Amino acid sequence: MKTKGLLAVTGMAAVAGFAATGAQAEDLTLCWAAWDPANALVELSKDFEAQSGHTMHFEFVPWPNFADRMLNELNSGGQLCDLMIGDSQWIGGSAENGHYIKLNDFFDANGIKMDDFIDATVTGYSEWPKNTPNYWALPAFGDVVGWTYRKDWFERPELMEEFKGKYGYDLAAPKTFAELKDIAEFFQNRDIDGKTVYGASIYTERGSEGITMGAMDVLYSFGFKYENPDKPYDMEGFVNSPGAVAGLEYYKALYDCCVPPGSSNGYMSEGIDAFKSGQVAMQMNFAFTWPGFESDANVGGGKTGYFANPAGPDGEQFAQLGGQGISVVSYSTKQDAALEYIKWFAQPDVQAKWWQMGGFSCLKAVTLAPDFPASQPYAQTFLDSMAIVKDFWAEPSYATLLQDTQKRFHDYVVAGQGTAQEALDGLVQDWTETFEDDGKL
Amino acid sequence: MSHTPIERVAASTPPAIASRVRGLSDRTLAWIFVAPTIFLLLAVNIFPLVWTIRLSLTNYRANRAGAELEWVGLRNYTRILTDPDIWQTMQATAHFLIWTILLQVLIGFTLAWLINRKFRGNDLWTTIIVLPMMLSPAVVGNFWTFLYQPQIGLFNYAVSFVTGIDPSSFSMIGSVELAPWAIVIVDTWMWTPFVMLICLAGLRSIPDYIYEAAAIDRASPWRQFWTITLPMVLPFLMLAVLFRGIENFKMFDLVVQLTGGGPGSTTELTSINLKREAFEKWRTGYASAYAIILFVTVFGLASIYVKALNKVKER
Repeated sequence: MKTKGLLAVTGMAAVAGFAATGAQAEDLTLCWAAWDPANALVELSKDFEAQSGHTMHFEFVPWPNFADRMLNELNSGGQLCDLMIGDSQWIGGSAENGHYIKLNDFFDANGIKMDDFIDATVTGYSEWPKNTPNYWALPAFGDVVGWTYRKDWFERPELMEEFKGKYGYDLAAPKTFAELKDIAEFFQNRDIDGKTVYGASIYTERGSEGITMGAMDVLYSFGFKYENPDKPYDMEGFVNSPGAVAGLEYYKALYDCCVPPGSSNGYMSEGIDAFKSGQVAMQMNFAFTWPGFESDANVGGGKTGYFANPAGPDGEQFAQLGGQGISVVSYSTKQDAALEYIKWFAQPDVQAKWWQMGGFSCLKAVTLAPDFPASQPYAQTFLDSMAIVKDFWAEPSYATLLQDTQKRFHDYVVAGQGTAQEALDGLVQDWTETFEDDGKL
Repeated sequence: MSHTPIERVAASTPPAIASRVRGLSDRTLAWIFVAPTIFLLLAVNIFPLVWTIRLSLTNYRANRAGAELEWVGLRNYTRILTDPDIWQTMQATAHFLIWTILLQVLIGFTLAWLINRKFRGNDLWTTIIVLPMMLSPAVVGNFWTFLYQPQIGLFNYAVSFVTGIDPSSFSMIGSVELAPWAIVIVDTWMWTPFVMLICLAGLRSIPDYIYEAAAIDRASPWRQFWTITLPMVLPFLMLAVLFRGIENFKMFDLVVQLTGGGPGSTTELTSINLKREAFEKWRTGYASAYAIILFVTVFGLASIYVKALNKVKER
């Protein structure tokens, strides 16, 4: 009788435990880009496996092929991914084409409030249509284009003196794009410790999204706007405004004067290599790269400084949003377990650990904590940058809009064909054609 | 008593089947044997072709499978044929095609002619020369980006060594003027051995007695080359040109790894452009029309070429 009772209690406990973890244990696959934060997420997810009994598998694809591979997967209704950490621009297409499940009811049922996350990340990663309370993802990884610089070079007395004598102000992290170009020119082809160094590494990649992310990062602060704020999809005079033209001319001038030789097709990894190998004084790159510099033998240990995107000629200051939200793929047969993962991931203690491991949490409880700015050398710059973000189109046709931009910008900036005005006028034509095809114009 | 294998098989066939088979005509039997192949051809080649033609007349986008399909007639075709960007990619493809074939034929034939002579280490040199074509095009593209790197690239240093130009003063894959030549050089490096092998087969198929007869007639080596070697190798050369032409018309991986189609669109060949339209912009209908235009072009050119090749063979 005693044995029977013990067995019954054990059985009931097992059933209760099973119920608490959300039915049977599943094999979940999470799809994301292959990069450092993904490795951190693998480690972080071990806690989820231990708590839930589910097993996590990961499908990581290198950035240049990430969109191709994953959008093919979604468009074909594939069941490879149960969870997708997709790029912010995919949200429109994924919502309208039914690739992601809508999360509003799930958030309400589980007390997950979007107000608890950084506003820009909610708009950028979760909402479709934008600025409406329709959520298709939980902000997972906050990211933004910012700059790193060689603090140790900037602090050399002889360089500081020479710079001040030449430009009339102190050599420090630039506050404006004009200053940034001065500094880049100052360092271009300079001999430092017996090695020729260059001004800056910027995005020029042609194939996926590189040059668009880089040029837009500059254009926003020069007055570029995607459309008339009062009339959606009205782009004439906004995309190709005089300010936008000046911004694109600036980007080309920066490319022509101040990048290392052979920088005609560089994106994130090329920027990291250029900075870590001591080739450049400044580097444009997404914030996700910053933890890697702190631990690097060549540029870590206080040698690297960080600054948010500088201001344009009229004092406007914006930065290109990066980052992603985590969504449940509608074709998954394990949606309950996938939602369980999102519920676990949204917890403040998990988010705090995520930040400690190198993941850029979007939860305000983490980023607005009093000790956050001092938690990492780049933490304050991350906060400053996230406050000024803008993002590329997130329309269902974003891929067409992006490829047109890649071509127009690369043709002008790298290949030197035509003028900035022609490039942006052409872009208005391309985008207009796409929106006409979509029936939006 | 049966003796031949066919008779033995016939004898062992059960009477019920034998009587049925006996009733089939030769024509029916032929159809039975050919039918699986025809079915496969229809399923794998003809149906996709017909389906692509159908899609090319619509605004279909594969990333919006549920969207309403609109019949656009020949609009996709007129858009493509009047798009200056498409003509630019055609020009880039023509430049790549003409120069790679020309260089590969010249160098490949020369190498074959040299390798065909008996000398010590002949086999070793043949193996070394054919190594590049054994590599994956993606790998070749990747490592040539390093060779072309202005600061550390061996290619730039070699040019600098010969000409005295500063190696970091030029970028083979970053310059509008040099990038089209950069892809020609790499493709030539990789595929010249293939042309060489075909030419070598041609050279080795020429019987020695023809040269001996020519030598008895006091024909000079120069005359022997023009009247014996070249005409007899010509069908092989033309075959090599056909293979390389078809391959390079659809060139993708090597160039994507090397330049990504840049700088700007300088090295954006038609296949790269087509892939962007189909799988990056997801304009499936438009891309289908584009593919049909390319198919007709290649098919037409290849047909003319094969006819010319047959005439040369008949001579």
